Amino acid sequence: MTAIKKIWENVSGLWSLIVGLRITGKNFMDKQITLHYPRETVSKSQLEGFRGPLELVGKPKDPGSPKCIACMMCVSACPSNCLTVVKAKAPVLTEEELQAMKDAEARGEKVTKPKAPKEPIKFIYDFTLCSLCGSCVENCAVNSLRYSSNVYLASTDRNDFKMDLLARLATQAQAKTPPTEPENSTRED
Amino acid sequence: MSQIPVELVKLLIALVAIAAFVGLNGLVLVYLERKVAGHIQRRPGPFEVGPHGLLQPLADAVKLIGKQLFTPKNADGFLFWLAPIISFLPALLLFVPIPFGPVATGMEMNLGLLLILAFSGLNVLALCLAGWGSNNKYGVLGAARAVAQSVAYEIPLLLAVLAIAFQTGSLNLSEIVQGQGGWPWQWNAMVQPLAFIIYFVSALGETNRAPFDLPEAESELTAGFHTEYSGMGFGLFFLAEYANMIVVCSVAVALFLGGWHGPFFDGSWWFLAKVYVLLLIMIWLRWTFPRVRFDQLLNINWKWLMPLALLNLLITAFVTKLS
Ligand code: SF4
Ligand code: SF4
Repeated sequence: MTAIKKIWENVSGLWSLIVGLRITGKNFMDKQITLHYPRETVSKSQLEGFRGPLELVGKPKDPGSPKCIACMMCVSACPSNCLTVVKAKAPVLTEEELQAMKDAEARGEKVTKPKAPKEPIKFIYDFTLCSLCGSCVENCAVNSLRYSSNVYLASTDRNDFKMDLLARLATQAQAKTPPTEPENSTRED
Repeated sequence: MSQIPVELVKLLIALVAIAAFVGLNGLVLVYLERKVAGHIQRRPGPFEVGPHGLLQPLADAVKLIGKQLFTPKNADGFLFWLAPIISFLPALLLFVPIPFGPVATGMEMNLGLLLILAFSGLNVLALCLAGWGSNNKYGVLGAARAVAQSVAYEIPLLLAVLAIAFQTGSLNLSEIVQGQGGWPWQWNAMVQPLAFIIYFVSALGETNRAPFDLPEAESELTAGFHTEYSGMGFGLFFLAEYANMIVVCSVAVALFLGGWHGPFFDGSWWFLAKVYVLLLIMIWLRWTFPRVRFDQLLNINWKWLMPLALLNLLITAFVTKLS
């Protein structure tokens, strides 16, 4: 019985060969999906799902500054230590202001010390280390990170891949380039 | 001058023509292989040199010829360089009895089929020498595989061919072609479909074509028997592989697909067209199937092709005897 079963398995395996041929045959007939690069440029639809180096997402109202709240989740999620985020410090108070606060406290008023703003003052990203794994994108609480669609990235200097994402965002906002991808399009796969 | 027999002159002309044919076909097949691979992977394939990359094979050839011929340290220089020559020269000889057309046959011989089968065995020797002579472990492993594989696949191939020889009662390829008609239902492949399939699969194994390209499996053996070859040393193996592909396809066309017979007008173009269809199928197979494991390779042969071929032969013999 097992022998017959074995033989049948082999024979039905033949069918899978034909299926394979059909697939490659169909691909052969299909349109090609690559470009003749220097002569053609990559269109937007072809970049769907492309994972370029990371970039920051700007606030809807203020596209020049990031949504980022400097929570450092991305930094601790990154397995390759690509990200360096420096949190903004609390503003340093002058002597008079300090005095004024003390006076107010003495009068029994409620005084709130100025807190550090929830934003980064430095956001450095080292693309040479990044494996585009997406842990940072997934872990960001406010969806402040996404993949860019920069396919033409090339350089002869590795330092060019240490990117200041804040500066990048600022220039992007200034150039008023429409965002390369819709806001919530970090791809899930 | 008058003493020189006509037959000899004809043979010489045929050999020169065959050499040209093999060289040209090598270029065409390199181009085709890369283009088909490209299209199956939905990229253009070679595109930059010449219109649609047509000159790419020429550029490749120039590059190959220009490379230094290098003999590895402690290798057996004589065997090392003998191997590509042994691999390539008999391939030319194999074309002699193939009937490309009613008159375009290098030499009519009664044992044409036997000659092809006998001389095609030399390729195994070449691979064996190449692997052995290179002083390289990968080379030796590739050679060992080549021998095991070729010896194994030769048998079902022979049995399949023998079935046709039984049926037509001849080993002369021209005669076998003559026995078939122009339309597909008059071909031997219709009478003997099993033999045709067995022949084709064994032919893939014999020519070391993927999925049976174990002697040069680059993922396991870097490049197997030709790991150490540079420039035209490698080039000759390459040409020989393509020449052998054309031979096995030509024999398949002559034996099974009606040779130069075709609907309406007979002629060499039918022969070439059929050969090229088979070659395209071979290339298609290469870019579809993953390489088999070595035990799978031998299992396919000894457990399936051999018994089936034997069975087919027995039935053929029985039927021929009865009718
Ligand atoms: S994609 Fe992965 S490797 Fe790159 S910065 Fe984010 S977490 Fe680090
Ligand atoms: S990018 Fe996101 S995860 Fe990283 S610090 Fe800013 S808010 Fe936190």
